[in-house]
Amino acid sequence: MTEQNVKSCLLCGVGGQGTVLASRIIAAAAMEKGLRAKTAETIGMAQRGGSVVSHVRTGMQIPSPMIPKGKADILIGFEPGEAAKNIEYLKENGTLILCAQEVKPITASLGQSGYDGDTCIAYLRGKIPKCYVIDTGRIIEACGNPKVLNVAVVGALCASGEMGLSIEDVDRALEIKLKPKVLDVNKQALRMGAACIK
Amino acid sequence: MKELLMGNEAIAMGALAAGVKVVSGYPGTPSSEVLETIAKRNPGGVHVEWSVNEKAGAEVAVGAAYTGARSLVTMKQMGLNVASDPIMCVNYIGIKGGMVIFVADDPGPISSQTEQDTRHFGKYAHIPVFDCDSPEQAFYAVQVAFAFSERHATPVILRSTTRVCHACADIDVPEIQPPSDCEGFQKDSKWVIFPKRAYEAKMHIAKREPELADEFSQFLTDRPWTADGEGSPFRLAGNSLEGNGPVGIACGGISYAYVKEAIAGHEEDYTVLKIATPYPFPAALARRFLMGVDKVLVFEELDPYIEDALIYEYGMISLDIDDFIIGKRTGHVPAGGELSAEIVADVLNETGKESLGKSNPISFDDKPDLPIRPPVLCAGCPHRGAFYAVKAAVAKEKAEAIYCGDIGCYTLGNAAPLNMVDTCLCMGAGITVAQGLGHADDRTINFGFIGDSTFFASGITGTVNAVYNQSNMILCILDNSTTAMTGHQPHPGMGITMMGERVKPVDIAKVLEGVGVEWIRTVDPLDLQASMDTVRAAMQETGVRAIIFKSPCIALIPPKEPAVVTDSCVGCMRCINEIGCPAMIPYEDRGAGKPGKKVRIDKSLCTGCGLCSQLCPVDCIRTAEEAKASEVDQ
Repeated sequence: MTEQNVKSCLLCGVGGQGTVLASRIIAAAAMEKGLRAKTAETIGMAQRGGSVVSHVRTGMQIPSPMIPKGKADILIGFEPGEAAKNIEYLKENGTLILCAQEVKPITASLGQSGYDGDTCIAYLRGKIPKCYVIDTGRIIEACGNPKVLNVAVVGALCASGEMGLSIEDVDRALEIKLKPKVLDVNKQALRMGAACIK
Repeated sequence: MKELLMGNEAIAMGALAAGVKVVSGYPGTPSSEVLETIAKRNPGGVHVEWSVNEKAGAEVAVGAAYTGARSLVTMKQMGLNVASDPIMCVNYIGIKGGMVIFVADDPGPISSQTEQDTRHFGKYAHIPVFDCDSPEQAFYAVQVAFAFSERHATPVILRSTTRVCHACADIDVPEIQPPSDCEGFQKDSKWVIFPKRAYEAKMHIAKREPELADEFSQFLTDRPWTADGEGSPFRLAGNSLEGNGPVGIACGGISYAYVKEAIAGHEEDYTVLKIATPYPFPAALARRFLMGVDKVLVFEELDPYIEDALIYEYGMISLDIDDFIIGKRTGHVPAGGELSAEIVADVLNETGKESLGKSNPISFDDKPDLPIRPPVLCAGCPHRGAFYAVKAAVAKEKAEAIYCGDIGCYTLGNAAPLNMVDTCLCMGAGITVAQGLGHADDRTINFGFIGDSTFFASGITGTVNAVYNQSNMILCILDNSTTAMTGHQPHPGMGITMMGERVKPVDIAKVLEGVGVEWIRTVDPLDLQASMDTVRAAMQETGVRAIIFKSPCIALIPPKEPAVVTDSCVGCMRCINEIGCPAMIPYEDRGAGKPGKKVRIDKSLCTGCGLCSQLCPVDCIRTAEEAKASEVDQ
């Protein structure tokens, strides 16, 4: 039986979006608070434009690094279609944070798939009561750096309260994980992401 | 005509009688005479080669079997370790023509490093194993093995041991006819080992295992084996259950002869079980044996394989096992794929035990279309240029070609629209499978693709094999100066070690030259015309030809300015439909100019490689360099 204080976050996106680094930042922030952390990813072949799923669990006694379906407190979709693929992981009344920008797969360009990001967003909004759609394009523009996307969604995660992490907890993690020259822009993105959750 | 044949010669003659067309192998006592005899008694039309090693030999045999031809690879037990790379993959992929892997084990050992038991290997690899107990039985066993292999589209192992391989017996040998023509290789995604394909294959193999075991329980020396037609002597290669005595003796291989010798005159005291098909173990037959005797003695050389199998079956009989041990064997736990806490909980629930709480009650069965993201070559990847140049050159020459791929980023050349990987087996097998295809069927041009790191890992052996055994093939080395797929690790061609020391790089062109490749060209795969010209030139030659497509991985160099699509785009989609670069995005232009379907370039992905601009029919895609050049012109 998983103890009550274990918090689980599933991050999903497309190779290159920084999901793995986001999972490391969340884990580091929890560790800064004295919690323990476990993460798991499927990488390798998936990196080449494929789907990436990252599991993050924090707490004191975490039995498995993998989150069972229906047990994620929060699910972060870096891409609407990837969020829809993995939505079964979210617990009842869990929080869904969704980046609005779709990433068209090459199969769609070749006419082999009818995927549409907005349709997925509408679907998820209809199913999940606590669904927050983040206009990541605006944050990226304001920060002038597309790589801050992952830190912005971590900001939203803090604001949701689901993982029990504060902006300041993540600030400390960023200071450990990031190079000094990109630190300020990422702290800005973190706050802008947090402001998206009301 | 009756001839006194050594066991290995009997196996050779049986293989020829079965119509084997391609035979490869590496010598090793006690296996060598099989291949030598086939070479000596070749009726014409059988390709026989000593391969550079067992791995190369097995891959050549696999390529041949893909065409529908029957193939045989021979080795001793130690060689099986060398060959295990392709064998641990062709077990999943399967074959079309019968493929027999002949392995001679060496109890003693008399002339080997260790006493390795190939029956375990068959079980480990999920490859059916036929065992030989005498030269005359082996003559039929090899023919049964070919038919069985073809019927189930799986390679099979024919195992023998020293006292069968090197004993002689009088055998009636039919007149040997040359092998018939094979159907040829049929392109199908099933020949390309991708994770999803492998999972499905594993599930198929797991489901098949008990079915084959049942088939083997029916394969008995004293009854016609329905699978091989009535009245055939092939039943002589089967399992047997002889006598009704209270003392059970289980044996297999040469030990059967020793048991018969020892109990001569006292047969009524014994029931003798001979296992001629150790894997999948004929469980039903073994249980019938166990139920009828008071005691069991097991005689076998090497490991207690039959003994362990009998202990297992006895346990299955004695325990009410279906309720006592629950797992994969009872079908509760999935036979393949990863486990999860959910699966554990489901099995616990099914067996009435407490487990993980319920999941989210909301149903998600009505999801809209989801994005399908097969892994693809990165935007700007030079491999895309190499594949496209080969494809375009083959189209220009109106040739029929087979593209044998390999393990690395370039396996992703299989994706639409390139569709440039027809086979993919294991590290280095692109080169050797191409050879096997060619030896079985000379109607196609066969390309082998391999990356630079894979070339060093496993490609050199296959290249030597191609040169030595006079293959007709075009070797394409996709040299992106790194081990890209796994995370850009250094390799011998790069001039740097893991610890960062600068060392002299090993030059791939010089390696090729050194092993005897006479036609070698190096070309930039992002120069489409030059690459196509090189491929077309190679297609005019014969023998082993090598093209090194050299251009660094995009992850190693800073990207150039992205290309731009000008207003003159007519929306023909040629760029997308021909090369499938993920940076090319189709969109609906509703602007002031010429509205309609057009293509734009995702600046965050484009590396400015310029491949698309070289194939645009209206010349509307400009790289930054081209744009600058045209400014100067004006």
